[in-house]
Amino acid sequence: MKHAFIDQYSDLDSFVHRLDPRTKTLVVLAFVLMVMATPPTAWLSFALCAVLITGLILLARLPPLYVLKRSAVIVPFVLMIAIFLPFFEGGEVAGSYNVWLWRVSVTYDGLIVLWNVIIKSWLSALSLILLSATTPFPRLLKGLERLGVPRVMVMILSFMYRYLFVLVDEVMRMGRARESRSLGGRVVWQARTLGNMIGALFLRSYERAERVYQAMLARGFDGEIRTLDDLRFGRTDLYFGLVCSFCLAGICLAALR
Amino acid sequence: MNVIEIENLSFSYPDGHGALRDVSLAVSDGETVAFIGPNGAGKSTLLLHLNGILRSGNGAVRIFGLPVEEKHLKEIRRRVGLVFQNPDDQLFSPTVFDDVAFGPISMECPEEEVRQRVKQALEQVGMSGHEQRSPHHLSVGEKKRIAIATVLSMSPEILVIDEPTSNLDPRGRWELIELLRGLPLTRVIATHDLEMVRVLCQRSILLDEGWVVADDLTSRLLSDLPLLAAHGLAPDQGRSDHPTI
Repeated sequence: MKHAFIDQYSDLDSFVHRLDPRTKTLVVLAFVLMVMATPPTAWLSFALCAVLITGLILLARLPPLYVLKRSAVIVPFVLMIAIFLPFFEGGEVAGSYNVWLWRVSVTYDGLIVLWNVIIKSWLSALSLILLSATTPFPRLLKGLERLGVPRVMVMILSFMYRYLFVLVDEVMRMGRARESRSLGGRVVWQARTLGNMIGALFLRSYERAERVYQAMLARGFDGEIRTLDDLRFGRTDLYFGLVCSFCLAGICLAALR
Repeated sequence: MNVIEIENLSFSYPDGHGALRDVSLAVSDGETVAFIGPNGAGKSTLLLHLNGILRSGNGAVRIFGLPVEEKHLKEIRRRVGLVFQNPDDQLFSPTVFDDVAFGPISMECPEEEVRQRVKQALEQVGMSGHEQRSPHHLSVGEKKRIAIATVLSMSPEILVIDEPTSNLDPRGRWELIELLRGLPLTRVIATHDLEMVRVLCQRSILLDEGWVVADDLTSRLLSDLPLLAAHGLAPDQGRSDHPTI
């Protein structure tokens, strides 16, 4: 069965795609840190950040609609956490409403906190989408490894990438097998089958892990993880890194002003 | 010269289930041998002994004259290429290249040689140009080929392969049989696919419930229908409603 890739569009070709994954990872990290550190009322900085990230997304020839859709995925999480903030912050009241038995009021300070959470998480999400949609996942992992992320962590991520969809397939097949034999039934009974399915899935994954480990042993795995170093920094990486650093420094200055 | 020698090997799984009972056999250099037998006969368990993945049993296993024990494992695993039945277990890396390169990298080959070996192995199985694909998006036939390439890249002298033709459509199956036929190695194949056995293997070893039941020329063994029927490899002789094959 086919599934959408984690790294959809990463096989397009643009100069952003061709950059070394380490360059992109570092720039995205710097971008996220800077966005996080910007004071909530530095409107100009946020505007410049948005321009920068939009420019890069366009340069990478990613379909804008895809990027927007992807970034919308984080919105529910942010709202769930931040939507009540305007009601609990103290300060000047922007408006108050009667909701059934309660009287609730929204403050300006609270609204700014909400804005702060939304804009920062959205900009960060956009930058991560840019990274993941322009870098094939295996290369991203290689970049992380060269940047000093422990190899065991990288290996766990690589197994996740390899087996995530194998497991999804397994769940889908189990679901179909259940559906073709179950004709409704009480909720309690259905919940029990679901529990059994989760148990079966765990056992199967456990057994698969054993077999994968045997396959690794059979090819000479001795506990040490070795990989080839085939990443090269090029001249574009240098220019891109420099330009992005200047942009980020400029945005920082705009925030301080 | 015998490249595989097994003497009185018995093995039980931790739950007490006996998988191999007093197995003795030898395979000589350049031979192609089939392990046949019904489900649960112990074929796969026996294969796992050939490169020391399992080795807690009684009895002796010698590969190229080396007893299979800790200090020889590295050499034995380089010289014996074991391909597992399910390619989703065999292929565990994010890309085809990484998977085929896993063996050579474990052998600590220099980078240039790793690339050379990967290139050659993929050529041998007819999958050049698929280096950057993710194993998840390959067809079953392609996965089986890549799985074979992952051990060919280690230039083994013995190819041990578990159910190479399972889950393949007839065309994929014949392509795989042709591929196996073209590999100049000592081959040990565990399978139910008797047609493939006829084509590839001069000699067959019939296992059932962990015992070696028969060890003979393929032509002789596969024409003994009562024997095959008694061990679940042919339709029951007593019943007349089976069409004859």
